[in-house]
Amino acid sequence: MNDTELSRKAFLLREQAAGLIYRGKSGHIGSDFSVMDILVTLFYLHLNVSPAQQTDPSRDRFILSKGHTAEALYCILCDKGFFPKEELETFCQFGSKYTGHPNKNINGVEINSGSLGHGLPVGVGMALAGRMQGQPYRVYVVMGDGELAEGSVWEGAMAASHFKLDNLIVIIDRNRLQISGTTESVMNPGDLRSRFESFGWQVWECPGNRIDALDQTISEAKASVGAPALVIANTIKGYGYSAAENQAKWHHKVPSEEEYQQILEELKERRAMIE
Amino acid sequence: MNTIPNRRAICETLMEKAGQDKTIVVLCSDSRGSASLEPFAQAYPQQFVEVGIAEQDLVSIAAGMASCGLKPFAASPACFLSTRSLEQIKVDVAYSQNNVKLIGISGGISYGPLGMTHHSTQDIACIASIPGMRVYLPSDRHQTKCLMEALVADDSPAYLRVGRNPVEDVYTSGQCNFVMDKATVLQQGKDITIIACGEMVREAQKAGEILKQKGISARVLDMYCVKPIDRQAVLDAARETGSILTVEEHSAFGGMGSIVSQIVSTCCPVPVVNMALPDQPAIAGTSRQVFDYYGLNASGIAENAERMIKSSGKIYPEH
Repeated sequence: MNDTELSRKAFLLREQAAGLIYRGKSGHIGSDFSVMDILVTLFYLHLNVSPAQQTDPSRDRFILSKGHTAEALYCILCDKGFFPKEELETFCQFGSKYTGHPNKNINGVEINSGSLGHGLPVGVGMALAGRMQGQPYRVYVVMGDGELAEGSVWEGAMAASHFKLDNLIVIIDRNRLQISGTTESVMNPGDLRSRFESFGWQVWECPGNRIDALDQTISEAKASVGAPALVIANTIKGYGYSAAENQAKWHHKVPSEEEYQQILEELKERRAMIE
Repeated sequence: MNTIPNRRAICETLMEKAGQDKTIVVLCSDSRGSASLEPFAQAYPQQFVEVGIAEQDLVSIAAGMASCGLKPFAASPACFLSTRSLEQIKVDVAYSQNNVKLIGISGGISYGPLGMTHHSTQDIACIASIPGMRVYLPSDRHQTKCLMEALVADDSPAYLRVGRNPVEDVYTSGQCNFVMDKATVLQQGKDITIIACGEMVREAQKAGEILKQKGISARVLDMYCVKPIDRQAVLDAARETGSILTVEEHSAFGGMGSIVSQIVSTCCPVPVVNMALPDQPAIAGTSRQVFDYYGLNASGIAENAERMIKSSGKIYPEH
Protein backbone atom coordinates (compact mmCIF):
# COMPACT_ATOMS: atom_id res chain seq x y z
CA MET A 1 0.00 0.00 0.00
CA ASN A 2 1.24 3.50 -0.76
CA ASP A 3 1.22 6.43 1.62
CA THR A 4 -2.13 7.73 0.35
CA GLU A 5 -3.83 4.38 0.79
CA LEU A 6 -2.34 4.07 4.25
CA SER A 7 -3.51 7.54 5.21
CA ARG A 8 -7.04 6.46 4.27
CA LYS A 9 -6.59 3.24 6.18
CA ALA A 10 -5.53 5.18 9.27
CA PHE A 11 -8.85 7.05 9.20
CA LEU A 12 -10.76 3.81 8.70
CA LEU A 13 -8.92 2.26 11.65
CA ARG A 14 -9.83 5.32 13.73
CA GLU A 15 -13.48 4.60 12.96
CA GLN A 16 -13.01 1.04 14.17
CA ALA A 17 -11.19 2.18 17.33
CA ALA A 18 -13.97 4.65 18.08
CA GLY A 19 -16.47 1.83 17.65
CA LEU A 20 -14.60 -0.35 20.14
CA ILE A 21 -14.60 2.47 22.67
CA TYR A 22 -18.23 3.36 22.09
CA ARG A 23 -19.43 -0.23 22.44
CA GLY A 24 -16.91 -1.23 25.12
CA LYS A 25 -17.68 1.98 27.08
CA SER A 26 -13.99 2.43 27.81
CA GLY A 27 -10.83 3.57 26.09
CA HIS A 28 -8.49 6.43 25.26
CA ILE A 29 -9.83 7.97 22.09
CA GLY A 30 -7.73 11.15 22.09
CA SER A 31 -4.49 9.20 22.25
CA ASP A 32 -5.69 6.51 19.82
CA PHE A 33 -6.36 9.17 17.20
CA SER A 34 -3.05 10.85 17.93
CA VAL A 35 -0.91 7.71 17.66
CA MET A 36 -2.73 5.96 14.81
CA ASP A 37 -0.56 7.21 11.95
CA ILE A 38 2.61 6.19 13.82
CA LEU A 39 1.28 2.68 14.36
CA VAL A 40 0.04 2.37 10.77
CA THR A 41 3.42 3.47 9.41
CA LEU A 42 5.19 0.94 11.59
CA PHE A 43 2.90 -2.03 11.04
CA TYR A 44 2.31 -1.59 7.31
CA LEU A 45 5.70 -0.27 6.19
CA HIS A 46 8.43 -1.20 8.66
CA LEU A 47 7.74 -3.99 11.13
CA ASN A 48 8.76 -7.45 10.09
CA VAL A 49 5.83 -9.11 11.90
CA SER A 50 2.86 -11.21 10.84
CA PRO A 51 0.56 -13.87 12.30
CA ALA A 52 2.78 -16.53 10.69
CA GLN A 53 5.93 -15.18 12.37
CA GLN A 54 4.77 -15.00 15.96
CA THR A 55 7.39 -17.43 17.23
CA ASP A 56 10.06 -16.52 14.68
CA PRO A 57 13.06 -15.40 16.77
CA SER A 58 14.13 -13.00 14.03
CA ARG A 59 10.86 -11.05 13.93
CA ASP A 60 10.93 -7.38 14.85
CA ARG A 61 9.70 -6.56 18.35
CA PHE A 62 7.09 -3.89 18.94
CA ILE A 63 6.28 -2.41 22.36
CA LEU A 64 3.34 -0.10 22.90
CA SER A 65 4.73 1.60 25.99
CA LYS A 66 1.76 3.96 26.05
CA GLY A 67 -0.47 0.94 26.57
CA HIS A 68 -3.62 3.03 26.94
CA THR A 69 -3.83 3.29 23.16
CA ALA A 70 -4.62 -0.41 23.03
CA GLU A 71 -7.68 0.16 20.84
CA ALA A 72 -5.52 1.56 18.04
CA LEU A 73 -3.13 -1.37 18.31
CA TYR A 74 -5.91 -3.97 18.47
CA CYS A 75 -7.60 -2.61 15.35
CA ILE A 76 -4.33 -2.84 13.45
CA LEU A 77 -3.49 -6.34 14.71
CA CYS A 78 -7.00 -7.44 13.79
CA ASP A 79 -6.66 -5.93 10.33
CA LYS A 80 -3.35 -7.75 9.91
CA GLY A 81 -5.04 -11.05 10.72
CA PHE A 82 -3.68 -11.71 14.22
CA PHE A 83 -7.21 -12.42 15.48
CA PRO A 84 -10.77 -12.30 14.16
CA LYS A 85 -12.98 -9.24 14.43
CA GLU A 86 -15.65 -11.12 16.39
CA GLU A 87 -13.14 -11.79 19.17
CA LEU A 88 -12.13 -8.15 19.33
CA GLU A 89 -15.77 -7.16 19.74
CA THR A 90 -15.53 -8.46 23.33
CA PHE A 91 -13.22 -5.51 24.08
CA CYS A 92 -13.43 -4.51 27.76
CA GLN A 93 -16.35 -6.86 28.39
CA PHE A 94 -16.57 -9.32 31.25
CA GLY A 95 -13.96 -12.05 30.87
CA SER A 96 -12.48 -10.67 27.64
CA LYS A 97 -8.75 -10.97 27.05
CA TYR A 98 -8.98 -7.75 25.04
CA THR A 99 -8.41 -5.53 28.07
CA GLY A 100 -8.00 -1.77 28.03
CA HIS A 101 -4.25 -2.22 28.00
CA PRO A 102 -2.39 -4.82 25.89
CA ASN A 103 -1.43 -8.22 27.28
CA LYS A 104 0.42 -11.18 25.87
CA ASN A 105 -2.62 -13.43 25.76
CA ILE A 106 -3.50 -11.43 22.66
CA ASN A 107 -1.76 -12.54 19.47
CA GLY A 108 0.78 -10.00 18.30
CA VAL A 109 1.39 -8.44 21.72
CA GLU A 110 4.99 -8.91 22.89
CA ILE A 111 4.77 -7.48 26.42
CA ASN A 112 2.03 -6.41 28.81
CA SER A 113 1.90 -2.65 29.09
CA GLY A 114 -0.26 0.00 30.65
CA SER A 115 1.98 1.05 33.50
CA LEU A 116 3.94 3.89 31.93
CA GLY A 117 7.70 4.08 31.74
CA HIS A 118 8.30 0.36 31.24
CA GLY A 119 8.51 0.06 27.46
CA LEU A 120 11.90 1.64 26.91
CA PRO A 121 13.84 -0.41 29.47
CA VAL A 122 12.08 -3.61 28.38
CA GLY A 123 13.02 -2.67 24.81
CA VAL A 124 16.63 -2.29 25.94
CA GLY A 125 16.51 -5.88 27.18
CA MET A 126 15.03 -7.10 23.89
CA ALA A 127 17.64 -5.20 21.88
CA LEU A 128 20.47 -6.57 24.02
CA ALA A 129 19.10 -10.09 23.63
CA GLY A 130 18.95 -9.64 19.86
CA ARG A 131 22.56 -8.58 19.74
CA MET A 132 23.71 -11.39 22.07
CA GLN A 133 21.93 -13.98 19.95
CA GLY A 134 23.01 -12.53 16.62
CA GLN A 135 19.43 -11.82 15.57
CA PRO A 136 18.82 -9.16 12.92
CA TYR A 137 15.60 -7.80 14.39
CA ARG A 138 14.92 -4.25 15.48
CA VAL A 139 13.01 -3.21 18.56
CA TYR A 140 10.44 -0.42 18.17
CA VAL A 141 9.00 1.33 21.20
CA VAL A 142 6.17 3.86 21.04
CA MET A 143 5.98 6.15 24.06
CA GLY A 144 3.77 9.03 25.03
CA ASP A 145 5.11 12.45 25.99
CA GLY A 146 3.37 12.59 29.37
CA GLU A 147 5.10 9.28 30.07
CA LEU A 148 8.47 11.03 29.97
CA ALA A 149 7.97 12.15 33.57
CA GLU A 150 8.53 8.54 34.67
CA GLY A 151 12.08 8.18 35.98
CA SER A 152 12.41 4.66 34.59
CA VAL A 153 12.30 6.14 31.06
CA TRP A 154 15.58 7.88 31.76
CA GLU A 155 17.18 4.81 33.30
CA GLY A 156 16.35 3.05 30.05
CA ALA A 157 17.54 5.97 27.94
CA MET A 158 20.88 5.94 29.74
CA ALA A 159 21.29 2.18 29.30
CA ALA A 160 20.32 2.26 25.61
CA SER A 161 23.11 4.67 24.75
CA HIS A 162 25.57 2.99 27.13
CA PHE A 163 25.06 -0.26 25.23
CA LYS A 164 25.05 1.58 21.87
CA LEU A 165 21.80 -0.09 20.87
CA ASP A 166 21.37 0.92 17.24
CA ASN A 167 18.77 -1.83 16.87
CA LEU A 168 16.42 0.17 19.11
CA ILE A 169 14.08 2.84 17.74
CA VAL A 170 11.83 4.86 19.99
CA ILE A 171 9.01 7.00 18.67
CA ILE A 172 7.43 9.59 20.92
CA ASP A 173 3.82 10.47 20.20
CA ARG A 174 4.36 14.16 20.94
CA ASN A 175 0.80 15.43 21.23
CA ARG A 176 1.64 17.81 24.07
CA LEU A 177 -1.38 16.83 26.15
CA GLN A 178 -1.95 14.55 29.08
CA ILE A 179 -4.96 13.91 31.26
CA SER A 180 -4.55 17.02 33.43
CA GLY A 181 -3.54 19.47 30.73
CA THR A 182 -0.54 20.34 28.58
CA THR A 183 2.67 18.41 29.11
CA GLU A 184 4.37 21.76 29.54
CA SER A 185 2.12 22.72 32.46
CA VAL A 186 1.91 19.31 34.17
CA MET A 187 5.62 18.42 34.04
CA ASN A 188 7.58 20.14 31.36
CA PRO A 189 9.54 17.62 29.28
CA GLY A 190 11.68 20.51 28.01
CA ASP A 191 13.70 20.37 24.83
CA LEU A 192 13.36 16.68 24.02
CA ARG A 193 15.86 16.75 21.20
CA SER A 194 18.66 18.16 23.31
CA ARG A 195 17.74 16.02 26.32
CA PHE A 196 17.95 12.79 24.36
CA GLU A 197 21.00 13.96 22.43
CA SER A 198 22.72 14.66 25.74
CA PHE A 199 21.90 11.07 26.70
CA GLY A 200 23.76 9.91 23.59
CA TRP A 201 20.83 9.32 21.25
CA GLN A 202 20.40 10.20 17.60
CA VAL A 203 17.25 12.25 17.26
CA TRP A 204 14.84 12.93 14.39
CA GLU A 205 11.67 14.97 14.36
CA CYS A 206 8.72 14.93 11.97
CA PRO A 207 5.01 15.65 11.60
CA GLY A 208 3.43 12.71 13.37
CA ASN A 209 0.08 12.53 11.61
CA ARG A 210 1.57 12.23 8.13
CA ILE A 211 2.38 8.76 6.90
CA ASP A 212 4.84 9.94 4.22
CA ALA A 213 6.86 12.00 6.70
CA LEU A 214 6.83 9.25 9.32
CA ASP A 215 7.87 6.66 6.75
CA GLN A 216 10.83 8.69 5.58
CA THR A 217 11.94 9.66 9.09
CA ILE A 218 11.70 6.12 10.45
CA SER A 219 13.70 4.90 7.44
CA GLU A 220 16.44 7.37 8.33
CA ALA A 221 16.31 6.43 12.01
CA LYS A 222 16.75 2.76 11.12
CA ALA A 223 20.10 3.65 9.58
CA SER A 224 21.41 4.97 12.90
CA VAL A 225 24.78 3.43 13.71
CA GLY A 226 26.30 3.06 17.17
CA ALA A 227 23.48 4.81 19.01
CA PRO A 228 19.78 4.31 19.72
CA ALA A 229 17.38 6.34 17.59
CA LEU A 230 14.57 8.61 18.70
CA VAL A 231 11.83 9.98 16.47
CA ILE A 232 9.83 12.84 17.94
CA ALA A 233 6.56 12.60 16.06
CA ASN A 234 4.65 15.84 16.49
CA THR A 235 1.02 14.82 16.60
CA ILE A 236 -2.37 16.26 17.40
CA LYS A 237 -4.32 14.62 20.17
CA GLY A 238 -7.73 13.56 18.89
CA TYR A 239 -6.57 13.93 15.26
CA GLY A 240 -9.44 13.29 12.87
CA TYR A 241 -12.33 14.52 15.01
CA SER A 242 -12.14 18.29 15.24
CA ALA A 243 -14.12 18.59 18.47
CA ALA A 244 -11.55 16.40 20.22
CA GLU A 245 -8.41 17.81 18.63
CA ASN A 246 -6.02 19.30 21.18
CA GLN A 247 -8.56 18.74 23.95
CA ALA A 248 -7.20 17.10 27.11
CA LYS A 249 -10.73 16.20 28.19
CA TRP A 250 -10.91 13.70 25.31
CA HIS A 251 -8.00 11.74 26.79
CA HIS A 252 -10.32 8.93 27.81
CA LYS A 253 -13.78 10.25 27.13
CA VAL A 254 -16.32 7.74 25.90
CA PRO A 255 -18.38 9.40 23.15
CA SER A 256 -22.15 9.71 23.43
CA GLU A 257 -24.33 8.25 20.67
CA GLU A 258 -24.47 11.67 19.02
CA GLU A 259 -20.74 12.25 19.32
CA TYR A 260 -20.02 8.79 17.99
CA GLN A 261 -22.07 9.50 14.85
CA GLN A 262 -20.26 12.84 14.44
CA ILE A 263 -16.92 11.08 14.80
CA LEU A 264 -17.79 8.52 12.11
CA GLU A 265 -19.07 11.21 9.75
CA GLU A 266 -16.02 13.40 10.13
CA LEU A 267 -13.60 10.52 9.77
CA LYS A 268 -15.37 9.41 6.58
CA GLU A 269 -15.20 12.95 5.21
CA ARG A 270 -11.52 13.24 5.99
CA ARG A 271 -10.84 9.86 4.45
CA ALA A 272 -12.66 10.86 1.28
CA MET A 273 -10.66 14.08 1.05
CA ILE A 274 -7.33 12.26 0.80
CA GLU A 275 -6.12 12.15 -2.77
CA MET B 1 32.04 -23.34 60.97
CA ASN B 2 31.18 -22.90 57.30
CA THR B 3 32.70 -19.78 55.74
CA ILE B 4 30.91 -19.91 52.39
CA PRO B 5 27.85 -17.66 52.08
CA ASN B 6 24.83 -18.92 50.17
CA ARG B 7 25.33 -16.30 47.48
CA ARG B 8 28.56 -17.98 46.50
CA ALA B 9 26.70 -21.22 45.90
CA ILE B 10 24.51 -19.27 43.49
CA CYS B 11 27.52 -18.08 41.53
CA GLU B 12 29.02 -21.58 41.46
CA THR B 13 25.85 -23.10 40.05
CA LEU B 14 25.51 -20.41 37.41
CA MET B 15 29.12 -20.89 36.37
CA GLU B 16 28.65 -24.63 36.10
CA LYS B 17 25.62 -24.21 33.85
CA ALA B 18 26.57 -21.14 31.78
CA GLY B 19 29.25 -22.91 29.77
CA GLN B 20 26.73 -25.37 28.36
CA ASP B 21 23.71 -23.12 28.29
CA LYS B 22 24.47 -19.89 26.47
CA THR B 23 20.98 -18.56 27.15
CA ILE B 24 21.91 -18.03 30.80
CA VAL B 25 22.64 -14.37 31.45
CA VAL B 26 23.42 -12.64 34.72
CA LEU B 27 22.47 -9.02 35.34
CA CYS B 28 23.71 -6.87 38.20
CA SER B 29 23.03 -3.33 39.40
CA ASP B 30 26.55 -2.41 40.54
CA SER B 31 26.12 -5.46 42.76
CA ARG B 32 28.42 -8.09 41.26
CA GLY B 33 30.77 -7.88 44.23
CA SER B 34 28.13 -8.00 46.92
CA ALA B 35 26.38 -10.79 45.03
CA SER B 36 29.64 -12.82 44.77
CA LEU B 37 29.14 -12.79 40.99
CA GLU B 38 32.49 -11.27 40.05
CA PRO B 39 33.86 -14.71 39.05
CA PHE B 40 30.90 -15.15 36.70
CA ALA B 41 31.43 -11.70 35.19
CA GLN B 42 35.09 -12.57 34.61
CA ALA B 43 34.49 -16.03 33.19
CA TYR B 44 31.44 -15.20 31.05
CA PRO B 45 31.65 -11.54 30.03
CA GLN B 46 29.39 -12.22 27.02
CA GLN B 47 26.70 -13.51 29.35
CA PHE B 48 26.99 -10.75 31.93
CA VAL B 49 25.19 -7.40 31.84
CA GLU B 50 25.92 -4.51 34.20
CA VAL B 51 23.08 -1.97 34.34
CA GLY B 52 24.43 0.37 37.01
CA ILE B 53 22.56 1.51 40.09
CA ALA B 54 19.12 1.25 38.52
CA GLU B 55 17.06 -1.59 39.95
CA GLN B 56 13.91 -0.82 37.96
CA ASP B 57 15.97 -0.88 34.79
CA LEU B 58 17.58 -4.14 35.95
CA VAL B 59 14.26 -5.94 36.16
CA SER B 60 12.76 -4.47 32.97
CA ILE B 61 15.87 -5.25 30.95
CA ALA B 62 15.91 -8.79 32.33
CA ALA B 63 12.24 -9.17 31.36
CA GLY B 64 12.93 -7.95 27.84
CA MET B 65 15.77 -10.45 27.51
CA ALA B 66 13.61 -13.29 28.82
CA SER B 67 10.89 -12.46 26.31
CA CYS B 68 13.48 -13.02 23.58
CA GLY B 69 14.48 -16.48 24.76
CA LEU B 70 17.25 -15.82 27.26
CA LYS B 71 17.31 -17.03 30.89
CA PRO B 72 18.19 -13.97 32.95
CA PHE B 73 19.25 -14.08 36.59
CA ALA B 74 19.04 -10.55 38.01
CA ALA B 75 20.93 -10.09 41.27
CA SER B 76 20.64 -7.05 43.49
CA PRO B 77 20.35 -6.33 47.21
CA ALA B 78 16.97 -7.73 48.29
CA CYS B 79 15.98 -4.43 49.89
CA PHE B 80 16.09 -2.55 46.57
CA LEU B 81 15.15 -5.42 44.27
CA SER B 82 12.00 -6.36 46.14
CA THR B 83 10.40 -2.98 46.71
CA ARG B 84 11.98 -0.42 44.39
CA SER B 85 11.47 -2.79 41.46
CA LEU B 86 8.15 -4.17 42.65
CA GLU B 87 6.23 -2.52 39.83
CA GLN B 88 8.59 -4.03 37.26
CA ILE B 89 8.36 -7.44 38.95
CA LYS B 90 4.57 -7.25 38.84
CA VAL B 91 4.18 -6.01 35.26
CA ASP B 92 7.24 -6.97 33.23
CA VAL B 93 8.08 -10.27 34.91
CA ALA B 94 4.97 -11.80 36.47
CA TYR B 95 2.07 -10.38 34.46
CA SER B 96 4.04 -10.68 31.22
CA GLN B 97 5.05 -14.26 32.11
CA ASN B 98 8.75 -13.73 31.57
CA ASN B 99 11.21 -16.28 32.91
CA VAL B 100 13.32 -13.99 35.07
CA LYS B 101 14.96 -15.31 38.22
CA LEU B 102 15.35 -12.54 40.77
CA ILE B 103 18.17 -13.06 43.24
CA GLY B 104 17.75 -10.93 46.35
CA ILE B 105 21.09 -10.82 48.11
CA SER B 106 21.90 -9.64 51.63
CA GLY B 107 18.25 -10.22 52.48
CA GLY B 108 16.37 -9.65 55.73
CA ILE B 109 18.49 -7.78 58.24
CA SER B 110 21.82 -8.98 56.79
CA TYR B 111 22.90 -5.35 56.48
CA GLY B 112 21.96 -4.96 60.14
CA PRO B 113 24.00 -1.89 61.10
CA LEU B 114 23.15 0.03 57.91
CA GLY B 115 19.61 0.94 58.84
CA MET B 116 16.17 0.21 57.48
CA THR B 117 16.97 1.45 53.95
CA HIS B 118 19.04 -1.72 53.64
CA HIS B 119 16.69 -4.16 55.33
CA SER B 120 14.27 -6.31 53.34
CA THR B 121 11.76 -7.51 55.87
CA GLN B 122 8.71 -7.24 53.62
CA ASP B 123 9.96 -8.95 50.47
CA ILE B 124 7.96 -12.16 51.01
CA ALA B 125 4.75 -10.19 51.54
CA CYS B 126 5.29 -8.00 48.50
CA ILE B 127 6.38 -10.61 46.01
CA ALA B 128 4.30 -13.57 47.15
CA SER B 129 1.16 -11.49 46.68
CA ILE B 130 1.85 -11.12 42.96
CA PRO B 131 0.12 -13.78 40.84
CA GLY B 132 2.67 -15.99 39.13
CA MET B 133 5.61 -15.19 41.39
CA ARG B 134 7.32 -17.88 43.44
CA VAL B 135 9.32 -17.10 46.58
CA TYR B 136 12.21 -19.16 47.95
CA LEU B 137 14.39 -18.66 51.03
CA PRO B 138 16.97 -21.43 51.13
CA SER B 139 18.58 -22.21 54.46
CA ASP B 140 22.18 -23.11 53.68
CA ARG B 141 24.69 -23.32 50.85
CA HIS B 142 23.93 -26.95 50.01
CA GLN B 143 20.22 -26.37 49.70
CA THR B 144 20.86 -23.14 47.78
CA LYS B 145 22.77 -25.18 45.22
CA CYS B 146 19.97 -27.74 44.86
CA LEU B 147 17.43 -24.95 44.51
CA MET B 148 19.50 -23.09 41.93
CA GLU B 149 19.83 -26.23 39.83
CA ALA B 150 16.05 -26.57 39.85
CA LEU B 151 15.56 -22.90 38.99
CA VAL B 152 18.01 -23.02 36.10
CA ALA B 153 16.06 -25.95 34.70
CA ASP B 154 12.56 -24.49 34.94
CA ASP B 155 10.99 -21.77 32.86
CA SER B 156 8.86 -19.57 35.07
CA PRO B 157 9.79 -16.55 37.18
CA ALA B 158 10.87 -16.75 40.80
CA TYR B 159 12.36 -14.66 43.60
CA LEU B 160 15.11 -16.17 45.71
CA ARG B 161 16.40 -14.50 48.87
CA VAL B 162 19.71 -15.25 50.54
CA GLY B 163 21.56 -13.54 53.38
CA ARG B 164 24.90 -11.83 53.26
CA ASN B 165 26.92 -13.82 55.73
CA PRO B 166 28.02 -17.44 55.81
CA VAL B 167 25.56 -19.49 57.84
CA GLU B 168 26.06 -22.77 59.61
CA ASP B 169 25.31 -25.79 57.47
CA VAL B 170 21.94 -27.39 57.95
CA TYR B 171 22.73 -30.17 55.50
CA THR B 172 25.79 -31.92 54.23
CA SER B 173 26.80 -31.93 50.59
CA GLY B 174 24.65 -34.30 48.58
CA GLN B 175 22.42 -34.98 51.59
CA CYS B 176 19.82 -32.25 51.26
CA ASN B 177 16.81 -34.49 50.68
CA PHE B 178 15.80 -31.74 48.31
CA VAL B 179 12.51 -32.05 46.49
CA MET B 180 11.37 -28.95 44.63
CA ASP B 181 8.47 -27.22 46.39
CA LYS B 182 8.39 -29.74 49.23
CA ALA B 183 9.40 -28.83 52.76
CA THR B 184 12.35 -30.77 54.12
CA VAL B 185 11.74 -32.58 57.41
CA LEU B 186 14.78 -31.93 59.58
CA GLN B 187 13.45 -33.71 62.62
CA GLN B 188 10.36 -35.82 63.11
CA GLY B 189 8.16 -35.06 66.11
CA LYS B 190 4.65 -35.33 67.51
CA ASP B 191 4.24 -32.62 70.21
CA ILE B 192 4.59 -29.46 68.07
CA THR B 193 5.93 -28.41 64.67
CA ILE B 194 8.43 -25.64 64.12
CA ILE B 195 8.35 -24.29 60.55
CA ALA B 196 11.21 -22.02 59.52
CA CYS B 197 12.71 -20.57 56.34
CA GLY B 198 16.01 -18.98 55.35
CA GLU B 199 18.51 -18.30 58.10
CA MET B 200 16.01 -19.20 60.81
CA VAL B 201 16.12 -22.86 59.78
CA ARG B 202 19.41 -23.58 61.51
CA GLU B 203 18.08 -21.93 64.68
CA ALA B 204 14.90 -24.00 64.46
CA GLN B 205 16.99 -27.12 63.98
CA LYS B 206 18.97 -26.32 67.13
CA ALA B 207 15.75 -25.53 69.00
CA GLY B 208 14.49 -28.98 68.06
CA GLU B 209 17.59 -30.49 69.67
CA ILE B 210 17.15 -28.39 72.83
CA LEU B 211 13.54 -29.52 73.10
CA LYS B 212 14.51 -33.13 72.55
CA GLN B 213 16.80 -32.94 75.56
CA LYS B 214 13.83 -31.75 77.56
CA GLY B 215 11.76 -34.68 76.42
CA ILE B 216 9.70 -32.68 73.93
CA SER B 217 9.26 -34.18 70.49
CA ALA B 218 9.26 -31.27 68.03
CA ARG B 219 8.90 -31.69 64.28
CA VAL B 220 11.14 -29.24 62.42
CA LEU B 221 10.40 -28.26 58.83
CA ASP B 222 12.59 -26.30 56.44
CA MET B 223 9.99 -24.39 54.40
CA TYR B 224 12.41 -22.89 51.88
CA CYS B 225 9.50 -22.88 49.40
CA VAL B 226 7.44 -20.06 50.87
CA LYS B 227 5.38 -19.85 47.70
CA PRO B 228 4.18 -22.27 46.46
CA ILE B 229 4.18 -23.44 50.08
CA ASP B 230 4.06 -27.13 50.87
CA ARG B 231 0.42 -27.21 52.01
CA GLN B 232 0.45 -30.91 52.69
CA ALA B 233 3.40 -30.61 55.07
CA VAL B 234 1.60 -27.77 56.90
CA LEU B 235 -1.65 -29.73 57.19
CA ASP B 236 0.14 -32.89 58.28
CA ALA B 237 1.89 -30.84 60.95
CA ALA B 238 -1.40 -29.38 62.17
CA ARG B 239 -3.17 -32.74 62.27
CA GLU B 240 -0.32 -34.80 63.67
CA THR B 241 1.34 -32.41 66.13
CA GLY B 242 -1.56 -30.13 67.16
CA SER B 243 0.30 -26.81 67.18
CA ILE B 244 2.69 -24.89 64.96
CA LEU B 245 5.37 -22.30 65.62
CA THR B 246 6.64 -20.39 62.58
CA VAL B 247 9.96 -18.51 62.53
CA GLU B 248 11.17 -16.10 59.88
CA GLU B 249 13.46 -13.15 59.27
CA HIS B 250 10.59 -11.01 57.99
CA SER B 251 7.73 -8.82 59.13
CA ALA B 252 4.85 -10.66 60.76
CA PHE B 253 2.58 -9.19 58.10
CA GLY B 254 2.27 -11.35 55.02
CA GLY B 255 5.28 -13.56 55.62
CA MET B 256 5.64 -17.32 55.70
CA GLY B 257 3.89 -17.42 59.09
CA SER B 258 0.87 -15.61 57.66
CA ILE B 259 0.64 -18.11 54.83
CA VAL B 260 0.88 -21.05 57.24
CA SER B 261 -1.74 -19.47 59.51
CA GLN B 262 -4.18 -19.03 56.62
CA ILE B 263 -3.88 -22.66 55.63
CA VAL B 264 -4.24 -23.93 59.17
CA SER B 265 -7.13 -21.67 60.17
CA THR B 266 -9.01 -22.61 57.03
CA CYS B 267 -8.41 -26.33 56.87
CA CYS B 268 -7.41 -27.58 60.31
CA PRO B 269 -7.59 -24.96 63.06
CA VAL B 270 -4.93 -25.51 65.71
CA PRO B 271 -2.85 -22.92 67.60
CA VAL B 272 -0.25 -21.18 65.45
CA VAL B 273 2.26 -18.65 66.74
CA ASN B 274 4.33 -16.53 64.34
CA MET B 275 7.82 -15.50 65.40
CA ALA B 276 8.97 -12.63 63.21
CA LEU B 277 10.55 -9.20 63.33
CA PRO B 278 8.53 -6.51 65.12
CA ASP B 279 6.59 -3.78 63.32
CA GLN B 280 9.32 -1.19 63.69
CA PRO B 281 12.70 -0.46 62.11
CA ALA B 282 15.02 -3.24 63.23
CA ILE B 283 17.65 -2.37 65.80
CA ALA B 284 21.19 -1.90 64.43
CA GLY B 285 23.65 -4.74 64.83
CA THR B 286 25.08 -7.86 63.31
CA SER B 287 22.58 -10.52 62.29
CA ARG B 288 23.45 -12.47 65.44
CA GLN B 289 22.93 -9.44 67.69
CA VAL B 290 19.65 -8.53 66.04
CA PHE B 291 18.32 -12.09 66.12
CA ASP B 292 19.27 -12.46 69.78
CA TYR B 293 17.68 -9.12 70.67
CA TYR B 294 14.34 -10.21 69.22
CA GLY B 295 14.56 -13.78 70.46
CA LEU B 296 14.87 -15.14 66.94
CA ASN B 297 17.35 -17.79 68.02
CA ALA B 298 17.42 -21.39 69.13
CA SER B 299 16.70 -20.67 72.79
CA GLY B 300 13.93 -18.19 71.95
CA ILE B 301 12.30 -20.68 69.61
CA ALA B 302 12.61 -23.51 72.12
CA GLU B 303 11.11 -21.35 74.90
CA ASN B 304 8.13 -20.39 72.79
CA ALA B 305 7.59 -23.99 71.70
CA GLU B 306 7.67 -25.15 75.30
CA ARG B 307 5.22 -22.45 76.40
CA MET B 308 2.87 -23.32 73.56
CA ILE B 309 2.81 -26.94 74.64
CA LYS B 310 2.30 -26.09 78.31
CA SER B 311 -0.46 -23.54 77.67
CA SER B 312 -2.32 -25.32 74.88
CA GLY B 313 -0.95 -22.96 72.30
CA LYS B 314 -1.59 -19.57 73.95
CA ILE B 315 1.73 -17.97 74.72
CA TYR B 316 0.80 -14.34 74.33
CA PRO B 317 -1.75 -12.53 76.55
CA GLU B 318 -5.09 -11.96 74.90
CA HIS B 319 -5.93 -8.37 74.00
